[in-house]
Amino acid sequence: MENIRNLIDVGGAFEMIVRWLQVNLRFFFDAIRTVVSAFLSGTTFLLNLPPVLVMILLFTVLAWYVASRGVAIFTFLGFGLIWYMGLWRATMSTFSLVVASVMIALIIGIPLGIWCSKKDAVWDVVRPILDFMQTLPAFVYLIPSVLFFRLGAVPGVIATLIFSLPPAVRLTNLGIRQVPKEIKEAALSFGSTPRQMLFKAELPVALATIMAGVNQTIMLALSMVVIAGMIGAGGLGNEVVRGVTQLRIDVGFESGIAIVILAIFLDRITQALGTSSQKQT
Amino acid sequence: MAIIEVRDLYKIFGPSPRRVIPLIKQGKSKAEILKKTGCTIAINGATFSIEKGETFVVMGLSGSGKSTFIRCLNRLIEPTAGEILIDGADVMKMDQEKLREVRRYQMSMVFQNFGLLPQRNVVNNVEFGLEVSGMEKEERREKALKAIKLVGLDGYEKSMPSELSGGMQQRVGLARALANDPEVLLMDEAFSALDPLIRTQMQDELLELQARMHKTIVFITHDLDEALKLGDRIAILGPDGRVRQIGTPEEILSTPADEYVERFVQNVDRTRVITASAIGRRVTSITYPREDLTAAIRAMEKHDISSVFVTDSSRHLKGIVTIDDALKLQKNKEKDIASIIIDDVYTTTPTTPIADLLGTAIKTRYPIAILDEEGVFQGAVSRAAIIAEVGKNSDEAAAPVPLSEYGDENNGNGNGSGAGREDAK
Repeated sequence: MENIRNLIDVGGAFEMIVRWLQVNLRFFFDAIRTVVSAFLSGTTFLLNLPPVLVMILLFTVLAWYVASRGVAIFTFLGFGLIWYMGLWRATMSTFSLVVASVMIALIIGIPLGIWCSKKDAVWDVVRPILDFMQTLPAFVYLIPSVLFFRLGAVPGVIATLIFSLPPAVRLTNLGIRQVPKEIKEAALSFGSTPRQMLFKAELPVALATIMAGVNQTIMLALSMVVIAGMIGAGGLGNEVVRGVTQLRIDVGFESGIAIVILAIFLDRITQALGTSSQKQT
Repeated sequence: MAIIEVRDLYKIFGPSPRRVIPLIKQGKSKAEILKKTGCTIAINGATFSIEKGETFVVMGLSGSGKSTFIRCLNRLIEPTAGEILIDGADVMKMDQEKLREVRRYQMSMVFQNFGLLPQRNVVNNVEFGLEVSGMEKEERREKALKAIKLVGLDGYEKSMPSELSGGMQQRVGLARALANDPEVLLMDEAFSALDPLIRTQMQDELLELQARMHKTIVFITHDLDEALKLGDRIAILGPDGRVRQIGTPEEILSTPADEYVERFVQNVDRTRVITASAIGRRVTSITYPREDLTAAIRAMEKHDISSVFVTDSSRHLKGIVTIDDALKLQKNKEKDIASIIIDDVYTTTPTTPIADLLGTAIKTRYPIAILDEEGVFQGAVSRAAIIAEVGKNSDEAAAPVPLSEYGDENNGNGNGSGAGREDAK
């Protein structure tokens, strides 16, 4: 047994692949790193540009407009509390981390989901990869991600991306597959091209399900952001890690609360977008 | 002119379906073929043509391949073999581009569960076909509103489908299909999902619309009553995917092609389908005032009837003269029959089903006159013929038994229901 185990070394093989990629695809990872970090600093800059009070009011108005008055009140009080606790900058950099990884996740995930819904063969390949991405413990790919992208926010975004991408693909795929056959047939029978079929019939009908996927992606991204703090991704994750490593219960709790507030805010907003897309337009 | 011609159409589901066709031609059964090849036959060599402006109903039970058939016409399902000519062009040989043209401008489809887009309101749903074909916004809006008006949905343009009842949703489906003014309407069990009252109403409205528009309609249904009501001609599909009979409703009822069709139609309420014109006859009539009493009496004696219809020179009905009155008049040495013409005669149209004549037939003593739309005398239906036709419907075993035969087991078949049969033909 031991001999066989020496013959085929699963972990060793993985390490070898990682090392090889690290050396030979350096330029590729550097390119990604540059793009992602530019995007990150851009959003962080924008979020910190207006005075804090203006930002809080902006979020409140957005919540009122998209969701409800209750959510708006919660938003105002919640973000006020974050500011009061002195976690505003950290929260905003976490926010931009989430925005960056979610954007990338959706840019990759939704088209991939559409492709999966159209071709069973693609779905058969993609599905186990998604399972792998979701269940592999985050720390396991945190390390290679640091090797590829070095410490900082970029590997954090990539790790978050890996963790939060699956629901976007899954629910887009599901949403389109669940479009009633008669609606597809109706679209076809009036002479739709495949493109018209997708944009005029399938995507609008599947939108509510796709939005549920977006919501899940955001929630998973937020939960991953804390772990990303361990590799110096910054933001609230760093605060949490500091609280844990220095046994600072107060710091840990405050930054934990800030994450919860941010999570509830994003959840209510995206859910409201999902249900309203079902009713109107 | 035939607008749709289907020749030798096959649809076989399963792995490499083309190899099954020779087996079918050898006369192997559906079950044998399924066992041997794993293929299911949905349509088995259908050949027929559909005339411009007619309502052609394809009727079959579930699993007879009728939904598959209608989807073959616009190739939502690819047929396995055969030819489908629409206006002379073979749909099966078309590339995607040409096929889309046909779907956009020549054929529109109405679906069983409506197939409306839930996120669009009524007018946007109706516009869908026009939008897809790339029509300008104002023009398509105008056409959509016209179609909405046609189906009686004005006022609901901005409603969402989910706010409408089933019947109204199907009106949207119908309006959407009519909006791009196609030559052919494909209706796949269009009214089957509606409750019975609404269904009847929609059938009536479709008949009304069709009387104005003269589209070619291919209508799929599993409901024979619906088929008989709507169809100019009906094709009956058997469980093996084979067309068993094609004919007018009356042909199918009166001369079923085989046992399957016969079993199918035996429970139909014939009195709702057989019309006055089908059992009515050209009867002797006299023209007043050109002909007088002698002519009337001679006509009645010659044909051995007890009354004769009287019309004017343009064959408009004036009334009826009975033999008793005529003989009385003759005794009095009078010639003018004006005094004995009875105008208390019932009239009907050629298309009235005999179920509606039954009540009158019991009341009146005279045959019921058949007048066409212009009021011209066409013939008459005798009371005996109506009662005989109704009698055909009844179950012989349940017919009343004469008292003399009651309890006599060897002679259980009363023939009370056949009483008027000799008079029928």
